Amino acid sequence: MTTPQEAITAPKLATSFWKDNLRDYGMLISLVVIVIFFQFATGGILLKPLNVTNIVLQNSYIVIMALGMLMVIVTGHIDLSVGSVAGFIGGLAGLLMVRWGFDFASSIVICLVVGGLIGAIQGYFVAYFKIPSFIVTLAGMLVFRGFMIAILGSQAIGPFPPIFQKLSSGYVVELISSDGGVYLTSFILGLLLAAALVWQNFRSRARRISHGVESEPMGFFIGKNIVVLAAIGYVAYLISSHRGMPNVLIIMAVLVAAYGFFTNRTIIGRQIYAVGGNARAAELSGIKTTRLVFWTFVNMGVLAALGGLVVAARLNSATPKAGSGFELDVIAACFIGGASAYGGVGKVTGAVIGAFLMGVMNNGMSILGIGIDYQQVIKGLVLLGAVCVDVYNQRR
Amino acid sequence: MLDPVSLPEKPPILEMRGISKSFGAVKALSDVSFTVKEGEIHALVGENGAGKSTLMKVLSGVYPHGSYEGSILFDGEERHFRDINDSEKLGIIIIHQELALIPLMSIAENIFLAKAPSKYGVIDRDERYRLTKQLLAKVGLTEAPETLITNLGVGKQQLVEIAKALSKEVRLLILDEPTASLNETDSAALLELLKEFRRNGITSIMISHKLNEITEVADRITVLRDGRTVGTLDCHEGTVDEDEIVRRMVDRDLESRYPARTPKIGEVIFEVENWSVYHPLHASRQVVKNVSMKVRAGEVVGISGLMGAGRTEFAMSVFGRTYGRDITGTVKIHGKEVDTSDVHRAIKAGLAYVTEDRKHLGLILAEDIRKNISLAHLGGVSNRGVIDDIQEMKVAQEFRTRMRIRSHTVYQETGKLSGGNQQKVVLSKWLFTGPDILILDEPTRGIDVGAKYEIYSIINELADAGKAVIVISSEMPELIGTCDRIMVMHEGEFVGEVAGEQATQENIMRAIMRRKGR
Repeated sequence: MTTPQEAITAPKLATSFWKDNLRDYGMLISLVVIVIFFQFATGGILLKPLNVTNIVLQNSYIVIMALGMLMVIVTGHIDLSVGSVAGFIGGLAGLLMVRWGFDFASSIVICLVVGGLIGAIQGYFVAYFKIPSFIVTLAGMLVFRGFMIAILGSQAIGPFPPIFQKLSSGYVVELISSDGGVYLTSFILGLLLAAALVWQNFRSRARRISHGVESEPMGFFIGKNIVVLAAIGYVAYLISSHRGMPNVLIIMAVLVAAYGFFTNRTIIGRQIYAVGGNARAAELSGIKTTRLVFWTFVNMGVLAALGGLVVAARLNSATPKAGSGFELDVIAACFIGGASAYGGVGKVTGAVIGAFLMGVMNNGMSILGIGIDYQQVIKGLVLLGAVCVDVYNQRR
Repeated sequence: MLDPVSLPEKPPILEMRGISKSFGAVKALSDVSFTVKEGEIHALVGENGAGKSTLMKVLSGVYPHGSYEGSILFDGEERHFRDINDSEKLGIIIIHQELALIPLMSIAENIFLAKAPSKYGVIDRDERYRLTKQLLAKVGLTEAPETLITNLGVGKQQLVEIAKALSKEVRLLILDEPTASLNETDSAALLELLKEFRRNGITSIMISHKLNEITEVADRITVLRDGRTVGTLDCHEGTVDEDEIVRRMVDRDLESRYPARTPKIGEVIFEVENWSVYHPLHASRQVVKNVSMKVRAGEVVGISGLMGAGRTEFAMSVFGRTYGRDITGTVKIHGKEVDTSDVHRAIKAGLAYVTEDRKHLGLILAEDIRKNISLAHLGGVSNRGVIDDIQEMKVAQEFRTRMRIRSHTVYQETGKLSGGNQQKVVLSKWLFTGPDILILDEPTRGIDVGAKYEIYSIINELADAGKAVIVISSEMPELIGTCDRIMVMHEGEFVGEVAGEQATQENIMRAIMRRKGR
């Protein structure tokens, strides 16, 4: 009897580590390259404090919605309705606060709940009725765009109460007086965030080593953390030199951290990936696949509502145009960030990087005076290119 | 009985010489020779995995020339088929076990899918209709050509497949288990058709497990075992009976392929009573008919039966009602009735089901070994809903060592493992849920002999640990080699039970045949 000789264990080398992780860092490297390119091309305008703050504000709602979209895509579905839902919720917020005089807090709660309900309705058809999500959300896209125009009567409602505007255009309250140009509280917040990240990295590495689990090479680890520290510190410095840390950046950072943790570390997060990876196998392993798909749509609805509120606050009015085309940016962000159209693959960090990659390109090209026509062409090609590179890498 | 057919001395239409074919380290065929005479019905028999389908795939060009050793002579000339089109051009048509018809298209559209009669590039519907009518008449179907495939029963679909084959210039028709999913009447009709073809000079190769059918129609029978030709029987020389064929199919040297075990059998811990299941789509079709079974702690019970006997359907319906509808009956574990109405509850009750289709139903191929092992019991590696990655990795490494999963690390993608190692990952996943009762459905399908031995050892270990193990398998030697008791299922019922030490392939086959004869 012969037993086939298979897979002789080989020691893992630093080079093979690089190869394994190139995919994860590839997107980050692309982002850095694009930033550097536009920094030069725009003669240094891109990284001016004012512009950096703008990039953050312009992309915050894309990032927020991309978090929900990532999970929808990971389960193997898609949501085309997010732009319409965001717009509809913006209109609803206008109605509640401007027309009917609801207060800020209850309006926000109502809007988020309505967003969740919209997600629940769509999720019900997708998960329990087994109607393809593409069709359900295409219908949703039409329905909620229509509702929005109906409730707004095709005119803008505004302005919002000042406290609501602060959601987008407000900045963190400065505790330390600073007249020397840099907003110290914001800067310190940024540094604390960077320090927390690095500390977390060190802790988990120490834990892995204490359990004898192989981890990345020391040199690489230190280098990575220095880069993280420097990059976040630099961005924090830039932002603090303008007007300080925008409130929406804090919301975004908290959400990114929470969803990162949720998808990576929790049972439910893991199960979502399993559903997308192989729904039948997941079901036969005791995972309640239908219920999970339903809840990812509810979650998407809530985040689309939040995105809509941020946009409305930023524009300081609810307009019938708000939110149109968002779905495409949000979906593109996920795919550029490495999510698979077949489900089961995709990372929160990837989606965030994807969103900023698009954001920096938008911003950079606008500064360069490239017309909206060619911006679209270039963005389309970047999306196609990014996914091609990903597919090629997987096939190797 | 046999039609008296006189075969004059014609050169063989097909000669396959010294065919060998390997998949990685697994040798599927070694030095197989196979000769088919013009105008005969030649049966190809052997156990699952004996290499019948592989041989036919070599012949039809699915495995192209160069991917195997040996030579194929058709009409006395050596042929190098690059793909299935090459063999079809010569009139070698294969009809696979899984029908390749498009359900929502009509009979006529299906028959002329690849090459429809046309005028100036536009399909000539009248001509197609006329031709289809003719072809259907040849196979004895009276359905209208525009009938949709989905509205036909399996038997008639099989006949449409044959009509489709006839639409091409067929000289050698290969049927892979044509009657596996047919009822008695449809099977009889199909066999009549084969005889009719023989009268018209069409040569057929028929792969089948149904020995009674083979002895009825075949002129000659070639037996394959473990990828080798055991011999060819001529049905016109002396009497060839089923026992004779079975004896040739049986591998005498069973001992060394199965690890020894002294059973320590305890109390009954698993009982299924009056279990009935209906087909999920055809509500009136009862797939499992009021069956009951008991399994004791430390016992390995086999379920034998032909394809479509309802074994997998029975297992999956018990395991969280993952198959069928209108399921009735009770499941008792340790004497207490338990709720197994969904997978989550079934797992909680102590059941585990290792699927027959590990790639589609067992594993997430894009994920690594570690994540696949923890999948069914994430609670076991987590704390208040948060996964402890180190704990998870340790569990995975434990199973990797214990089950001898060959991989670089536990972070290797399961899609890149060999079949045997994949199966060990699936087994690990289920062992990690800590089951009392394990149902293993075709646990060694498509894996090599060495890995099979390891899987059998694991089955033994589980039984020795006091678990109740149910093995569903189409390979009878495997059941005989591993089980303490074998239950024979046929058409949704248990029709016989054989104690392990008395089990032989002959008496299991007889239990099935006795039922078929009625």
